[in-house]
Amino acid sequence: MTVLISRPEVLSDERRDAMLEQIALVDAEVQKALAGGGEKYVDRHHARGKLLPRERIELLLDRDTPFLELMPVAAYGSTFPVGASVVCGIGKVEGVDCMIIANDPTVRGGASNPWSARKTGRTMEIVKENRLPLIFLVESGGADLPTQAEIFIPGGAMFRNLTQLSSMGVPTIALVFGNSTAGGAYVPGMSDYVVMVREKAKVFLGGPPLVKMATGEESDDESLGGAEMHARVSGLADQLAEDEVDCLRLGRDIVKRLNLPARDVPTSLPPRYDEEGLLAIASTDLRVPFDPRDVLARIVDDSDFDEFKPLYGSSLMTGWARLHGFPIGVLANARGVLFSEESEKAAQFIQLANSSNTPLLFLQNTTGYMVGQKYEQDGIIKDGAKMINAVSNSKVPHLTVVIGASYGAGNYGMCGRAFNPRFLFSWPHAKSAVMGPAQLAGVLSIVGRQSAESRGLPYDEEGDKAMRELVETQIEAQSLALANSGRVYDDGIIDPRDTRTVLGICLAVIHGTEFRGVRGGFGVFRM
Amino acid sequence: MSSGCSKLLVANRGEIARRVFRTCRELGIATVAVFSDADASAPFAAEADEAVHLPGSAPSETYLRGDLIIAAAKATGADAIHPGYGFLSENAAFAQSVLDAGLTWLGPPPAAIDLMGSKLRSKELMAKAGVPCLPSWTSPSDASGFPLLVKASAGGGGRGMRIVRSAEELDEAFEGAQREALSAFGDGTVFLERYVENPRHVEVQVIADTRGNTVALFERDCSIQRRHQKVIEEAPSPAVSDDLRRRLSEAAVAAAAAVAYEGVGTVEFVLDASGEFFFLEMNTRLQVEHPVTELVTGLDLVALQIAVARGEALPPEALKPTITGHAIEARLYAEDEEFLPRTGTLDLFEIPAAEGIRVDSGVETGSVVGVHYDAMLAKVIAHGATRQEASARLAAALDRARIHGVVTNRDLLVDVMRSDDWLTGPVDTGFLDRFSRPTANPQAHQLHCLAAALAAAAGRASAFPSGWRSVFSQPQRASYQGVVVTYRHHRGGLDASLDGEPIAVRLWNATPEQVELSVDGVRRVFLVSLGPTTYVDSPLGHSALVEDERFPVPGSALAAGSLTAPMPGTVLRISAAVGDEVKAGDALVVLEAMKMEHAVKAVADGTVAEVLVTAGAQVESGAVLVVVS
Repeated sequence: MTVLISRPEVLSDERRDAMLEQIALVDAEVQKALAGGGEKYVDRHHARGKLLPRERIELLLDRDTPFLELMPVAAYGSTFPVGASVVCGIGKVEGVDCMIIANDPTVRGGASNPWSARKTGRTMEIVKENRLPLIFLVESGGADLPTQAEIFIPGGAMFRNLTQLSSMGVPTIALVFGNSTAGGAYVPGMSDYVVMVREKAKVFLGGPPLVKMATGEESDDESLGGAEMHARVSGLADQLAEDEVDCLRLGRDIVKRLNLPARDVPTSLPPRYDEEGLLAIASTDLRVPFDPRDVLARIVDDSDFDEFKPLYGSSLMTGWARLHGFPIGVLANARGVLFSEESEKAAQFIQLANSSNTPLLFLQNTTGYMVGQKYEQDGIIKDGAKMINAVSNSKVPHLTVVIGASYGAGNYGMCGRAFNPRFLFSWPHAKSAVMGPAQLAGVLSIVGRQSAESRGLPYDEEGDKAMRELVETQIEAQSLALANSGRVYDDGIIDPRDTRTVLGICLAVIHGTEFRGVRGGFGVFRM
Repeated sequence: MSSGCSKLLVANRGEIARRVFRTCRELGIATVAVFSDADASAPFAAEADEAVHLPGSAPSETYLRGDLIIAAAKATGADAIHPGYGFLSENAAFAQSVLDAGLTWLGPPPAAIDLMGSKLRSKELMAKAGVPCLPSWTSPSDASGFPLLVKASAGGGGRGMRIVRSAEELDEAFEGAQREALSAFGDGTVFLERYVENPRHVEVQVIADTRGNTVALFERDCSIQRRHQKVIEEAPSPAVSDDLRRRLSEAAVAAAAAVAYEGVGTVEFVLDASGEFFFLEMNTRLQVEHPVTELVTGLDLVALQIAVARGEALPPEALKPTITGHAIEARLYAEDEEFLPRTGTLDLFEIPAAEGIRVDSGVETGSVVGVHYDAMLAKVIAHGATRQEASARLAAALDRARIHGVVTNRDLLVDVMRSDDWLTGPVDTGFLDRFSRPTANPQAHQLHCLAAALAAAAGRASAFPSGWRSVFSQPQRASYQGVVVTYRHHRGGLDASLDGEPIAVRLWNATPEQVELSVDGVRRVFLVSLGPTTYVDSPLGHSALVEDERFPVPGSALAAGSLTAPMPGTVLRISAAVGDEVKAGDALVVLEAMKMEHAVKAVADGTVAEVLVTAGAQVESGAVLVVVS
């Protein structure tokens, strides 16, 4: 046991203020998602005796238990409303960790747009990997017709996923509060359990106008797809709920009868340092380095961290700890650059974690692998490849938090989105891109200048300056946490002070699955 | 006559049995209890050295069975029987059979019981002895002057008693009283008496030994009554001057002497506004309210009973009694605001010890308060230098008590003790009818709901912050009989609202048992007992809260217009049939419980849609009897 010592002078009021500003920027976007379709549509929805998606979720959840909402700012930066007209998150129902997906019917009738599809797609991935029972709170008009081309063909995966979950023994429950029509009808259609709200749920492949067009038959909503019809005639509904609250009650009862174990997170010692400090460690100016040990001292149980190879490859810190009682191996960038030593240390450490079946936590703050003649000749690509190889083939669950920069192949080696960590979150000031905006603009400038020279043309310095500014602004905007979160490249931007809670919830979820580290047929390579 | 008292059997139950056992233990006398089925786990039965089971629960099968009680004394070798109050305490035949069995009787001679047992005969006797009496009649046709009081000759405790204010009411009241007297006492004789409006009820404790000493141990004022039953008693009476005390004492001693009294007894008087007093009756037993006399005189009346029974002379302190300070007794009843008896299990019964406070209790945590016996749980008695001090101590003791599981009159008692009417005003038997209780602080109840919700949340605590949200959209919500509280724990503290109104609170600590909250800068501790009914006790008062179902099952709510039984009991009469048109206030069902009739009335005009019970049926509290649509 080694208790981390975090000196008070690492905390700065200036950094705290800057971080709070970043949190406020993110929160402003979250508020847009919370506002749904806006006051008019929210009021109309309430006037119909209906609940908002988060109101439904709050009733569904066990009281006073935590709820980890995922990807709340999906669609940020797109032409669609922030939140992507769907709410996804992990919470406890009857003591069981469940994934909840709730359409927001106040946003364009809950219609699914390309961002909704990406958000639910990522959610289904989490559900599959973590074997989370899925509760779908359905009220959606189906696909957003103007963007149907982007949704229709890939959107089918939802239904395949639902039935695959079922075949994996992961329960799926559809609670239908309103429209669930056309393709959407297959959400209840492919779910294990279906509850529909009397006089509110409407589930049909084709509504009265479409039926009239297709066959000439005169019909109405209730006879085509009313809850009562499905409960009494078609058998699509297993339960008929009197109202929304009753529907949520029946949903909870279904979960209770799944006979899944209710898992409690073990009690553990809190960190010895106040989580408030997490606001004041990292500078929002990513060029200013900070020691991840000061972060870990505020995240891991009892601030207890046993470092592995502290004297070797010290630009990357590796070591063992527990978080909410769950053992973890931690890889954190101590200085942004990854050299050969750091790469080999990481590869060895990841192999050890696989040997001991220990989940890994990556704390990203990297500017990438070192470049330059010496490093290329020393084989930085081969060494970096070892690290990426280890990350890619590791079979223990990975968690990633971007606590600063995530540039270049460092993003890959430190288990970025493409390397399938079970969960990936960002701090509000984090940035991810192929390289820093200034570097990228500079590279373009150099390439342009060389191109002009080779053709013997004069270089347009004015144009170069304008180009560099434009590119820097654009890359900067694209690399922001909000932009990446909007693109669903992470599972959410979190308040740094919530890091321990968020990771604790994720670890609890992960431990609901069985995992076994990769065994390569060789011993661990000492690198 | 035997004079042994080395092993004493108490032919009674509850607090009085425990009270007698206490003195026995102090005197080294072995104790024997008798107990019914319903009292099998009662504290009094457990505390006695030995206990004899009397099968059954009805008093007629148990505590009124003199033969079984004498057999119990024989079986255990007890040489003395104390009757307590109620039950067989004023039954001359039983007293005689105790003596005939060669046992010591801790009560007056049977002849004295007999003489005083008939209200009519005793009045004649008292009048002859020069004790002032009220005019009375045995037949309604002879009676003159209203108001009149109809009383059961064999009665006591208010049963069979009715006030008649006009000739039209007279016959019905007379018959009703006869019916009730017959059912309660097995003797339907009733009589009429001049009724003194809003009198004070003043009684004098007397004690007589077998050596010819008869002493008055001063008066008790028992003016605060409901349903003609005493609730609060005090000594000395604030309405009695030294001169009046002397005259009352003389009258009481004369009354006792007239029947050759021995042992402890009480001569009851009504005292009118002018200071004139009239003999009411003599209680030939130890009274419920005897502790106030004990506290102001420093005497142990049970010890004195034993001394008298042993043939000893009264000790000097009893022969020359003095009054020190003031004592007040409050009877804690399991009853609702309408003074109807309530039943249940006492999930918690705690009256903290305090200076000047005596608690004579028949129950403890876990006791079941049933339908078979009197609903009095305990007597809380305060002694202080002044009436003011005793009142304050009594109010504080009751207010700090934690009584969970059964509805009681505690809050009423506290309100009375703290009221100006009590502290300064003249008190008479109409006090409670006129008493207007202070309006409760509405926020107190709401804050209790919040405390209950926070304690419940603490009980659901996990490794993660309570109710943590990565994206906050709305607070946690709880509702207690329509009072909605919301709360949210966050880094900055606690946000809360009461019925939609945000309230500035600071939470210092919350566990499932205790919540410490500041409101408007004042920190208070809320003690919480979570359960199907959650109890909250705080300096703001006491609440019993039932949380509204988070997910009401459709169709489980009571049909509108359902009339329910206010207490467990037997259906006596049903005066409604399906299809009847009824008016608000019509009595549709009459229940009998605790030997009293309770009418269940329509709350609104309507038509009887359903009658769910039949006459003779046993119903539980809350059972639906009739549905009016």
